[in-house]
Amino acid sequence: MSTYAQKKGFGATLWDFLTTVDHKKIAILYLIAGGFFFLIGGIEAVFIRIQLAVPNNDFVSAGAFNEIITMHGTTMIFLAAMPLVFAFMNAVMPLQIGARDVAFPYVNALGFWLFFFGGIFLNLSWFLGGAPDAGWTSYASLAIHSKGHGVDFYVLGLQISGLGTLIGGINFLVTIINMRAPGMTYMRMPLFTWTTFVTSALILFAFPPLTVGLVLMMFDRLFGANFFEVAQGGNTVIWEHLFWIFGHPEVYILILPAFGIFSEIFAMFSRKRLFGYSSMVFATVLIGFLGFMVWAHHMFTTGLGPVANAIFAVATMAIGVPTGIKIFNWLFTMWGGSVKFTTPMHYAFAFIPTFVMGGVTGIMLASAAADYQYHDTYFVVAHFHYVIVGGVVLALLAGTHLYWPKMFGTMLNETMGKITFWTFFIGFHMTFFIQHFLGLWGMPRRVFTYLPGQGFETSNMISSIGAAFMSVGVIVLLINIIVTSVKNVRVGNDPWGDGRTLEWSIPSPPPFYNFKQLPLVRGLDAYWIEKMEGKKEMTPAEPLGDIHMPNSSFLPFTTSLGLFIAAFGAMYHVDDKGWALPVLFIGLLVTFGSMLLRSVKDDHGFHIHKEELMNEDDNKGVKA
Amino acid sequence: MKRLANWRLFSLFAIVALVLSGCGKPYLSTLTPAGEVADIQYDLMGLSTIIMVGVIIVVMLVFVIVFFRFRRKDDRIPKQVEGSHKLEIIWTVIPILLLLVLAVPTVSATFKLADVKTMDDKNSKAVVVNVRSHLYWWDFEYPKQKIVTSQELVVPTDEKVYFSLKSMDVKHSFWIPAVGGKLDTNTDNINKFWLEFDAEKSNEAGNLFYGKCAELCGPSHALMDFKVKAMSKDDFNAWVKDMQSVKAPEKAQTALAQQGQDIFNKSCIGCHAVTPENKMPETARIAPNLSNFGERSRVAGILDHNKEEVKNWIRNPETYKPGNTMTGKYPQMTEDQLNALAEYLMGLKVQD
Repeated sequence: MSTYAQKKGFGATLWDFLTTVDHKKIAILYLIAGGFFFLIGGIEAVFIRIQLAVPNNDFVSAGAFNEIITMHGTTMIFLAAMPLVFAFMNAVMPLQIGARDVAFPYVNALGFWLFFFGGIFLNLSWFLGGAPDAGWTSYASLAIHSKGHGVDFYVLGLQISGLGTLIGGINFLVTIINMRAPGMTYMRMPLFTWTTFVTSALILFAFPPLTVGLVLMMFDRLFGANFFEVAQGGNTVIWEHLFWIFGHPEVYILILPAFGIFSEIFAMFSRKRLFGYSSMVFATVLIGFLGFMVWAHHMFTTGLGPVANAIFAVATMAIGVPTGIKIFNWLFTMWGGSVKFTTPMHYAFAFIPTFVMGGVTGIMLASAAADYQYHDTYFVVAHFHYVIVGGVVLALLAGTHLYWPKMFGTMLNETMGKITFWTFFIGFHMTFFIQHFLGLWGMPRRVFTYLPGQGFETSNMISSIGAAFMSVGVIVLLINIIVTSVKNVRVGNDPWGDGRTLEWSIPSPPPFYNFKQLPLVRGLDAYWIEKMEGKKEMTPAEPLGDIHMPNSSFLPFTTSLGLFIAAFGAMYHVDDKGWALPVLFIGLLVTFGSMLLRSVKDDHGFHIHKEELMNEDDNKGVKA
Repeated sequence: MKRLANWRLFSLFAIVALVLSGCGKPYLSTLTPAGEVADIQYDLMGLSTIIMVGVIIVVMLVFVIVFFRFRRKDDRIPKQVEGSHKLEIIWTVIPILLLLVLAVPTVSATFKLADVKTMDDKNSKAVVVNVRSHLYWWDFEYPKQKIVTSQELVVPTDEKVYFSLKSMDVKHSFWIPAVGGKLDTNTDNINKFWLEFDAEKSNEAGNLFYGKCAELCGPSHALMDFKVKAMSKDDFNAWVKDMQSVKAPEKAQTALAQQGQDIFNKSCIGCHAVTPENKMPETARIAPNLSNFGERSRVAGILDHNKEEVKNWIRNPETYKPGNTMTGKYPQMTEDQLNALAEYLMGLKVQD
């Protein structure tokens, strides 16, 4: 009996999502949660721009402004960009390699719930005495000095959600190494899978330094340690190193999947295979590798000395080379192609000049001696918004439009998609281009206001108006999503008509087991090859047989919930609250209890029998 | 026809105005360099900008051609090209060469700007300033001259001035945009660098540069401004002499000021010194030195320099600099007491 196709009530659907271990449903969870945090971070951004629209503004207080900028940065990086990237990795990567799920479906769900509870914990700070206010970098001297529980929320919230990210990364690595379909060699993997692979490796090596830094700060703030107390022999520069050893790879963790999404889009809508595929793969790996060698360029003004500054300056410039290779490969993918300007292609096309702008200012920043002028000014703010919004966010918006039919089985409206694109794109350049000049004219970043008479007024006003345009774009996207979901026009396997990779060879959305029979991959762009030979679907690599599937489980939810509860106990323990210690232990008990339960209970999953799969065909008349 | 000419003239003016304003204010902008360090950095900015604009032009050229030539017109399937080794080598090698052009001057400038050997030379006559940053104010000690001032740095022009930087609470960053890039004031260690203030450019900037804190340090990070008075070596020497000659607090000139001094000595002197001598260790200098307060250009680094603002500030510093360490450290003052204090403070001058 197949229950999965039946209509369910709200309660059942909710329970389904709370317990699911299916990568496609987890992707939807990531998309919803990441989208939610993206809106919160966006509202914070709008508050920042309202406050800075005119000099000496008092829309928000100085203290509140610092909380807003801290939460804007932290939310956008950890709770919006990362999970949205994870949403597409989860939704697409297993399909692209022809797998039925990720290697550890249970761990996949655990990763999501850890991220989710960490993010909720962090944002609850708004209602529980104030958000963190030491910047998303949370430099130690200021963070230790910060009063209240704001920074504690930062430390504990990021620790919990960071765990989720780390195990998510490991899961993707194992999946790509072990679960590729027959014939899917490494050098036949679609570029999005490659970038997922390299990104996951970066997560594996970059998150432990952050974890270490957060543990040290947690001990300083909650348990009376002195790792960052200079008077007690501590050292605050260590925090800067730990943070940026994580923080620099983190930007590549975000941008590489963005490169992956754009690579798919360029190839699809140009109807051409990716130009210089091997060098694209090589450039991706090289960027990932060099990403670990350049962290100190965030610390040029910390006083590391000319030798360190010179070395890190040259290393940073070197990253420009593989990135340049990618830009030209994308351009030449389109060259000689048949380019169709769909909504995703709008984003991809606009991404090129935007990202080049962000890239070249990156090279300018790499010039250490000149960076003494740019560092911690609006020039830097402009630069990283050009790469993160102009790179990552454009990719996420493009990915949303591109993969929406694959995830939900219905197409987002193209006209509204283009309206979103144009308002967002124009608003983006309006907001951030002028900020390069603000920085050069002497405006430091993270200022809650500025005094009149310094020449900052007009440009800040322009920047704030740009932010309004971006907001309109996001609102149109939301309307688009609602309208599309209400209309719910179903689409087939390959709704864009130009699909090249395996995910477009199966229904939208795919059945919960993805591939009835694992496909045989005969080269790069496996589905395209079959299409060019006049076939409608992939050649199976195995006879129809029973499919082994994992059972749903509520334990990932409870494991994460336990840490969420324990974090409150750890935090309020500092205030000598009587209930704090019991809460800490109850929380840990829930977590470890769940883990124990998982360990002792034998869960072998279940099998979908061959007969059921054949019945599916007869019932629905759909070929998988 | 005439209207057209007017319109042309207007747009010409608009462009000129845009170009002029495009460089920012001469006392604040990095694009109006007023010293050797800022010049070096400006040249690096220029070089990198030229290279980068070149790159952008090439990319945009291909970009525009693609946009117009390769739109989808029919349902044909284009030729599946794997790549081109020749092209790929070209766009690998050329960027490497371009980066070398930028890397060499970058490395050389980085070492040049970090050259502070003179500071360790005991016989050197170079001016050294110990900059100590505090939550929202700056302390400037001249160890060789044995004097201390706060909030307004005084420097001689046309010679290298050396700085030794440290923070007394949380990390800040010391930045005079028009004169040179920033260096952090760490809590852990002393950072050293040098700046040079060009006499001619200083004149154009009104001899008063704006200094900023460039590292998030708390609520009033945005208001942690300081000013830099650049003057000729002779004027600087005269100023140092004047400062050194003040051994006791300046005598109050009027009866009202005398009243103010009494209040000051009762409520303020515990934190604020009014003699410039560096008798106290830096950790004991917990509030700005006010010896030459009457000669400064801002109250608390941000407010206009007049009695009304002095009174406003003392009445409630929290409204002007949230999170400052002065709030609540002294009793509430009556209007008369404020008048007297303002009178006294504005009379604190060392130069005659």
